[in-house]
Amino acid sequence: MKYVGKKLVTMFLTLFAVTLFVFLAFHVISGDPATSMLGTEATPAKVAALREEMGLNDPVLIQYGRWAADFLKGDLGVSYSYRMPVGEMVLDKIPVTMTLTILAFLMMVVIAIPFGIYTARHAGGVIDRAIYVINQVIMAIPPFFSGILITLLFGRIFKLFTPGAYVSYEKDFLGFVGYLFFPALAIALPKAAMAVKLLRSSVIGESKLDYVRTAYSRGNRTSDVLYRHVLKNALIPVVTFLGMALADMIAGSIIIEQVFSIPGLGRILLTSISNRDYPVVMAIIVCIAVLVLVVNMIVDLVYGLIDPRISVE
Amino acid sequence: MKDRKKKNYNLIVGGTITGMTLLFVLIGMFYTPYDPNVMDASAKFAGISAKHLMGCDNFGRDILSRVMKGAGTTLGVAAGTVLIGTFFGVIVGAVTGYFGGILDEILMRINDAVFAFPSILLALVFISLLGSGTYQVVIALGIAFIPSFARIVRSEFIKYKNMDYIKNARLQGAGHLRIMFVHILPNTFTVLLSAIMIGFNNAVLAEAGMSFLGIGVQPPQASLGRMLSEAQSYLMRAPFYAIFPGVTIVLMVLGFSLLGDALKREE
Amino acid sequence: MEKELLLQVKNLNIEFHDHLIPETVVYDFDLELREGEIVGLVGESGSGKSMSALAIAGLLSRRDMKKRGQILFHDTDLLSCGRDVLRKIQGNEIGIIFQEPMTSLNPVRKIGWQVEESLRIHTDLSRTERYQRAIEMLKSVELEDAERIYHQYPHELSGGMRQRVMIAAAMICNPRILIADEPTTALDVTIQAQIVELLKRMNKEKQTAILFISHDLSLVKQLCERVIVMQGGYVVETGAVQEIFDAPKEDYTRKLIAAIPKVVRKNA
Repeated sequence: MKYVGKKLVTMFLTLFAVTLFVFLAFHVISGDPATSMLGTEATPAKVAALREEMGLNDPVLIQYGRWAADFLKGDLGVSYSYRMPVGEMVLDKIPVTMTLTILAFLMMVVIAIPFGIYTARHAGGVIDRAIYVINQVIMAIPPFFSGILITLLFGRIFKLFTPGAYVSYEKDFLGFVGYLFFPALAIALPKAAMAVKLLRSSVIGESKLDYVRTAYSRGNRTSDVLYRHVLKNALIPVVTFLGMALADMIAGSIIIEQVFSIPGLGRILLTSISNRDYPVVMAIIVCIAVLVLVVNMIVDLVYGLIDPRISVE
Repeated sequence: MKDRKKKNYNLIVGGTITGMTLLFVLIGMFYTPYDPNVMDASAKFAGISAKHLMGCDNFGRDILSRVMKGAGTTLGVAAGTVLIGTFFGVIVGAVTGYFGGILDEILMRINDAVFAFPSILLALVFISLLGSGTYQVVIALGIAFIPSFARIVRSEFIKYKNMDYIKNARLQGAGHLRIMFVHILPNTFTVLLSAIMIGFNNAVLAEAGMSFLGIGVQPPQASLGRMLSEAQSYLMRAPFYAIFPGVTIVLMVLGFSLLGDALKREE
Repeated sequence: MEKELLLQVKNLNIEFHDHLIPETVVYDFDLELREGEIVGLVGESGSGKSMSALAIAGLLSRRDMKKRGQILFHDTDLLSCGRDVLRKIQGNEIGIIFQEPMTSLNPVRKIGWQVEESLRIHTDLSRTERYQRAIEMLKSVELEDAERIYHQYPHELSGGMRQRVMIAAAMICNPRILIADEPTTALDVTIQAQIVELLKRMNKEKQTAILFISHDLSLVKQLCERVIVMQGGYVVETGAVQEIFDAPKEDYTRKLIAAIPKVVRKNA
């Protein structure tokens, strides 16, 4: 419990640091929001009036506090270019990016664990070596290129899906998930390859330890030694990796959304970056930051569950 | 014994691939078959031929020439990124690891917060502040790469700072700076080198990704990522337009990652 | 009255093939172990004593290693029998404890789970029966608060406690033979004596034969009846402990005995 509390405190401190950093960065560099909002209609008098109205003359920390409080209330500000509340623009995109990421994560786990265990058990064999080579190549393929290859191969040649024919989750959830299958695969592949490599070396490393000899001395079968003793230990470093991979996947989905024309967070983030629509950029960055931090928190908790040595420290 | 063999194999294959890409880029700096930016309406989507080894794109530009230039851009951006990341990472890591204390605590907390953040996202924040462009990408990615280098260097410094020979150097009157950069830093080179290899890979991928999104290198300058995103619209008509730049990225990354594996001290 | 012969090792040779030239680490090793007997196996590191012990426990199965000779447990040759036959004996008839109790226990499994493991493999006892046996066993290795320890993890215990846990786990199926491979080397001197006493008691109460491997002759003298001295893969001397201490035949044995630190009492 103490461990959980400590992790929660760290998480909120980090969240505070990240949001403050984002706020300050945009506050300092992005220029005057009043001018940006008024656009061509900006006159000195109008700008001054709007600055007063928006509270831009207050100290920075107070402005941060107001922004953070509004954010918590669900008021994410108003988009400069669309003149509509950012919340409305962003909220219904979150499920899209989340589903894509979760799907990719599940694929990574489903691919990585069996292959990792297999290659560790048959280390040095023909299949192990073949998988090593394949892994190295897959790790070198950036997701947007594998996305293009997948589009070409499965979309255009085998016609397993129609590129660009995105289905909204509100209309047809299954169709939506179906459309996300290949994009998720493109995100999952390189991470899965890394996870296979890591799990393999972790299992091999653990298998050399003394407790494995003890397990054999009690009459365990090889498979029982692996599944009852080695695996839980071997998964400890893998869990850390999976957590980092999940955070990366949230970011990676931004690029993949572009390849498969999926209207998720990435799409508006990119348009907003090129339009310099800072409230939207800030809102999305903070949303993703929260997701990443929550993921890290979950990883830490899972860590505490599988490694009893953690909770004592 | 098998592992050693595998490592040699990695070294040979990785070295060959990297050597070939470097040669390819080097030639591209001085000579390309065609001017990479000259459009030739008659050669629009010209297929692979003796005249155009990789075919031509939607504007009739020679893809081989553009891949040569583009690979150079990507490599240059990656090198700049790694340079910034390593330079500041070494300074931050050395100072925090060597002196410890409250400064270490604060910097490492910040570092951890930033480290938890996917680097491409961090780069996006900087890009949205700095605007798009080649130099902006180098700076944005460079900053995003500092934490990972700082971490590695810090833990190495912590490992070495209490060793006997360092204490000895201190007794002989060596100053902090001398101890940090003459006595400790050289010991971290092996670890740093493998981190640089990994960093280089990530930088190549990140640059290509950002150019792909249209917020990196700006046209008309050739860039592998940008070519891929343009090629996407003509996948059926000219699949080679996507495949050649893509495969070039893959080979660059593969070469460096094999070299990085070979350099690692342990499996 | 001659006690029942449990284990008979004949001409055991162990060769490594992981280099170009095969390297033999144990030459023509012979051993007889009878019910209730404690035999010491001494020698410096690299003398082949641990290799022989691991071979008897069926734990040397690397592909780059060749074993010749016979290891007869009753009438079964542990070297040539199938893996299934060997597994039925491991943990059930032959138990083993090691030098490093910390690394020899699985760090992410509870003590109780590990102590019960042999029961789970070799018997059909129910969960509660296994729990009771494990608690009994933990108590019999003199661990106070067995119920609490049952739910703890290895890192929460001290080195001596962990070695007691290892003994409890090795003894839970009442094996006929316990192999103790340098069980006290990693422990403090006071704890060493306690563990030796515990092994002695186990041997008396359950008539378990013990093969005690050590480089420490003074411990062997306290515990064993017979002793086998090894050097460089060869058995150099074998006999009753008292005889060997009183009249060592080999130079090497003499050196080992001379190396025992003497307790010099003032005013003795």
